[in-house]
Amino acid sequence: MGRIPRAYIFNRLVTLLLTVWIAATLIWIIPRLSPVDPAEIMLGRMTAGAGTVANSEAILATLQERFGLNDPMIVQYVKYLRNVVQFDFGLSTASFPTPVATMIGNALPWTVGLMLVSIVITFIIGNLLGALMVWDHSPKLVRVAIPAAMVFTSIPPILSGLLLMWIFAANMQWFPLTGAYGLFVEPGWTWAFVQSVIYHGFLPALSIVVVSFGFWALGMRGLMITVQGEDYTKLAEAKGLRPRYILYRYMIRNAILPQITAFALKIGLLIAGQVLVERIFAYNGMGKLLYDAILDQDFPVIQGVSYVIILMTALSVFLVDLIYPLIDPRIRHEAR
Amino acid sequence: MAEITTEEQPTRAEARRMRRFDNPWRNPKLIWGAGLLLGIVALGLIGRVLWDPDLVFTGSSMLRLPPVGFENMRGQAGTLANPLGTDGAGRDVLALLIIGAPNSLFVGVLASLIGMSIGIFLGFTAGFVGGRVDDVIRVLSDVMITIPPLLILVVFQSAFGDVSLTMMAVLIAGFVWQSPTRLIRAQVLSMREAGYVQMARLSGASTMHIMFREMLPNLVPYLFGSFIANVTTSIVTAVGLEVLGLGPQRVPTLGRTIYEAINAGALIQNLWWWWAIPTLLLAVMFIGLLLINLGLDEVSNPRLRKL
Repeated sequence: MGRIPRAYIFNRLVTLLLTVWIAATLIWIIPRLSPVDPAEIMLGRMTAGAGTVANSEAILATLQERFGLNDPMIVQYVKYLRNVVQFDFGLSTASFPTPVATMIGNALPWTVGLMLVSIVITFIIGNLLGALMVWDHSPKLVRVAIPAAMVFTSIPPILSGLLLMWIFAANMQWFPLTGAYGLFVEPGWTWAFVQSVIYHGFLPALSIVVVSFGFWALGMRGLMITVQGEDYTKLAEAKGLRPRYILYRYMIRNAILPQITAFALKIGLLIAGQVLVERIFAYNGMGKLLYDAILDQDFPVIQGVSYVIILMTALSVFLVDLIYPLIDPRIRHEAR
Repeated sequence: MAEITTEEQPTRAEARRMRRFDNPWRNPKLIWGAGLLLGIVALGLIGRVLWDPDLVFTGSSMLRLPPVGFENMRGQAGTLANPLGTDGAGRDVLALLIIGAPNSLFVGVLASLIGMSIGIFLGFTAGFVGGRVDDVIRVLSDVMITIPPLLILVVFQSAFGDVSLTMMAVLIAGFVWQSPTRLIRAQVLSMREAGYVQMARLSGASTMHIMFREMLPNLVPYLFGSFIANVTTSIVTAVGLEVLGLGPQRVPTLGRTIYEAINAGALIQNLWWWWAIPTLLLAVMFIGLLLINLGLDEVSNPRLRKL
């Protein structure tokens, strides 16, 4: 431990900051290139709600002032960057005047919880099955069944979510159709609430797991084939070690490392995929928040949610990159 | 296989069989995958001729009819006029597939082609020019690979509203050039020192000649694999946008059909044909692409072929 050179960490940190900065800038520039004016959208909403609005000119001017639309572009940009660093995305226009940060704060734990559970389960199951596909001693069933299950790999979680929802929620009614917890359950650290959360989270998590474990299994299979031919595996076999011991301590251990890099690259896709799964299950996370914001043209929320998810992705990749050299001593630290 | 000794010439049939077994491109996965995709393309091409494409318009048929052989909740039986049923706005599901499936493939292939061209250009530039240029390209691709395209595109399309299929493909292309760039850069760096490249250089070949006549052909299996992977990513991204209600509004796409079905509560009302048939077709498309990719892996990495 402690063998990671400073330059490597510095390099990764710069990439992280660049990623977040470029993403934040894109999110800022794009809406400004469009002809849509957030102040006018809000005024339009008021007009639709109240029939007519007196002094609409004055209100429009006030709103534009409130959103800081009268400042020069560069001032707006600097202010935006400063706010983004402080997680201040302004106020939601659809549920004015709730701060966007509050709405994200309420949604984030659901997304992170669901994501961690499904990613960890997927990674473990996938790699184990991929290893078993190559292992000489695994049951015949494993070698036949897993490749067959592999066709699901290519399907995005939103499609599997729809199918699972239809079969197990709409038809069989084993699981609830939507929501993150029961209607009549008081949120809090009670057993009833936890139970309800698990019950409601089961199908969304399953829809991610069934379509993504194959990706890991496939990668692991390729790596295991390589490891199988290595001298140290043959030596371990010649020594007469138990096959199971060889599988875990020699083969999986050596094969799994590139999978961790793949993991870092896959995180972005997984998170984006989960946003869609949350949308169809109306799960109380960032996906639902984003979808509702799209419906309401609630720009501050769209920007805030996108920014936070990109930040999460970039941070996860950064962490995986830092952990990787710790578990793989063979890696060369290129401080470039 | 029959044992062939050196004295005996193999018969012509045997020779043909051996050639077949040795030809890695005759890979069953590759053939199956290509077959599935060709089937979808054929559905789009032949479908337009054999089936009336005007049935994709709202109100062209009765609402919410089930497929042939099924009955909907109002007790109506499916008819041959709409063999796969109709959606909540009276559009024929078969016509939606015929028009929508090629649209999805088109977005994927176009985005991937553009991304690939950018990737080939940047990858060769980074590998050959090196130095500062290489640094910039490498850092940029590192950065862009982390940003999930879906989210930036959500911001874009909610700001600009309706986009065309081509525009969506161009936007997605902005996020699928990184992996070919990295792949080519790495290969160029390692191949630059390879014997045959040095030979070519000694014999006075131009850089362009070395790059595109000597090196590029060696990369074809990898590039093709990367291309297929990018088609999948692009279609997944496009479908994601469509299911969120963004994406093209005036052209029928499979994702938009699913979006409309979910919004109309098709799941609870058991109007399964409305969303499940487009979903299945998309699944077939993804499986086809996956099989092609697996097949290509086996072609370029013989070690994988033993399973």
